[in-house]
Amino acid sequence: MKKSSARMAAVLAALMPGLAFAQAAVSPPTNVNAIMMFLVFVAMSLGITYWAAGRTKSTKDFLAAGGSISGFKNGLAITGDWASSAALMGIAALIYTTGFDGLIYSVVPFGAWPLMMLLIAERLRNLGKFTIADIVTLRLARAPVRSLIASASLAFVVGYIIVQMVGAGTLISNLFGIKYETAQLVIGVLIVLYVAFGGMLATTYVQLIKAVLLLAGATLVCGLVLQRFHWSLEGLYSAAVTNYPGGSKVMQPGGMLPDPVSAISCGVMLLLGGASMPHVLMRFFTVPDAREARKSVFYAASFIGYFYLLTFIIGYGAVAFVMKDPQFLDATGAIIGGANMAAIHLAMAMGGDLLLGFISAVAFATIVAVVAGLTIAGASAISHDLYANVFRHGQATDTEVVKVSRIAALLLGVLGVVLGMAFKGQNIAYMIVLPFTVSSTVFFPILILSMYWRNLTTTGVVTGGWLGLATAVILLVLGPTIWQEILGNPAPIFPYKYPALFSVTISFVTMIVVSLLDHSPRAQTERAAFNDQFVRSQTGLGAESAAQH
Amino acid sequence: MPDLSSIIDRDPRFHALQRARSRFAWRMAAVVLTCYYIFILIIAWRPALFAIALTPGTVVTVGIAYGLGMIALSILLTGLYVWRANHEFDPLNQELLDEATKNSLR
Repeated sequence: MKKSSARMAAVLAALMPGLAFAQAAVSPPTNVNAIMMFLVFVAMSLGITYWAAGRTKSTKDFLAAGGSISGFKNGLAITGDWASSAALMGIAALIYTTGFDGLIYSVVPFGAWPLMMLLIAERLRNLGKFTIADIVTLRLARAPVRSLIASASLAFVVGYIIVQMVGAGTLISNLFGIKYETAQLVIGVLIVLYVAFGGMLATTYVQLIKAVLLLAGATLVCGLVLQRFHWSLEGLYSAAVTNYPGGSKVMQPGGMLPDPVSAISCGVMLLLGGASMPHVLMRFFTVPDAREARKSVFYAASFIGYFYLLTFIIGYGAVAFVMKDPQFLDATGAIIGGANMAAIHLAMAMGGDLLLGFISAVAFATIVAVVAGLTIAGASAISHDLYANVFRHGQATDTEVVKVSRIAALLLGVLGVVLGMAFKGQNIAYMIVLPFTVSSTVFFPILILSMYWRNLTTTGVVTGGWLGLATAVILLVLGPTIWQEILGNPAPIFPYKYPALFSVTISFVTMIVVSLLDHSPRAQTERAAFNDQFVRSQTGLGAESAAQH
Repeated sequence: MPDLSSIIDRDPRFHALQRARSRFAWRMAAVVLTCYYIFILIIAWRPALFAIALTPGTVVTVGIAYGLGMIALSILLTGLYVWRANHEFDPLNQELLDEATKNSLR
């Protein structure tokens, strides 16, 4: 039954192009190419999940793929985690609307990579087991620190999932000609299947495949764009300048970072936040040792850097080929489906229905894979940090932890769908502010201070972390994006879009000051344990190794 | 495990290695942060600098070139650290671990 309908759809697909084109002006047609290609991805990923499920027994299998992933594969999987739909469509959308300013989101987050490698990755791998909270609790008190990190991780994961689900809704209803709600449900069901059954192993391979597809698709689009200009970047940029309403302004900074405080704050958020994201960092536990972890960082940095270079071409390509093409514009001259569709329309302009279908399928796969990666990070915060270490004081059995992980994955999947339906219509690149702010405010200071500073104490971490987190959330709510634009107040109470500079400072300063003032016996023990932790972090002594099967 | 950690901690070679590695890492991190902050602050304070054409007659601006350069630099620095860590620091590290294990068994 399934097979015959698939064959029919394939025949239809061959006959479709003219038809699809004719319908485009009225409403988004059902995009058979895209659906077929997406179904191929789904079939592959479910096959992998089935295979992975048979190999996922222990907590270590579930949360860290048994520590068995090679550096190269992990590098690709991290690329998958990093290159989300926000990166593909959000950046193209920003370049399409604001020109150069969109590149800020390509260039600055990438600075997180060298920082992550230089300051965090290796030590994290040497000290941790499943989550970033592990490294802290070698010398600090288990319950309070884990509760803080797990709460912040969940805030991070849920915020990030909203970004993805919102992107998915707009995109998939536009592209596939299916309903917003259907798209949300498809994503929800798939991620629960991947994560709950296949754990980290399935999630890793899903990310890996998607990363390869994404890089291939983006490369193809860029190649086709550049080919039109005889492989001359100058030619592409000239065409963009000709098309852009502001002319050469497309090549210059505009008003995205209107003042120095916003600029510094945005930089703090992207650089420090990007260097300490839990769903990326937890991937360093899926490799056998620090050496493979380092390799995976280098592979990931190369792939991601390459991908960001491509966004320079895709964004300007959209300005050059989409902005003046009536096929992609509505009656008022605005881009059909909103600016987030810029990259997708470009695919249509370059390679017709087939490429459109491929890129749409890749975009859908991207969202599904990224949400899966976030879901397993969220599940690890719930099962390993909160359940096993806080509620059960480290006494939970392996089976129990795996079971809780699976339930957590299911809950997060449901939550993702509900939130995806609740939020609509925001530019997805802007909404990324919440998770990045949380990451830079809570995770970065804790990681750096606990690994590098002897005097850090539990009281310091907990006070600084919660205060920083509260500051971040309050300033975000009172800022221009939520207070003014969403809640409709005439003016924001806090004037800056990016609160990271303030919340990170509060977090760091509080942790340091409170730790220095902490003379409790526990603080003394914690300081005394630093040498041991330091040697372990540097040498990999006693580090987690690959699981024995 | 007999206290390997404190054996290593007493080894001056460990501290030499750890200092060399840290110095290298922090210096490179400083380079990265400086370059990125120059980028960010020019955008905020002196956007006109980034609007200048790279060479006369081209539409490519200094800003675009700087942005591309930052991505290349980041890949390069990451690669540099990984290479040095795998080729220089790791063997020294392994030596320390092996010797400490041997000493602890004696």
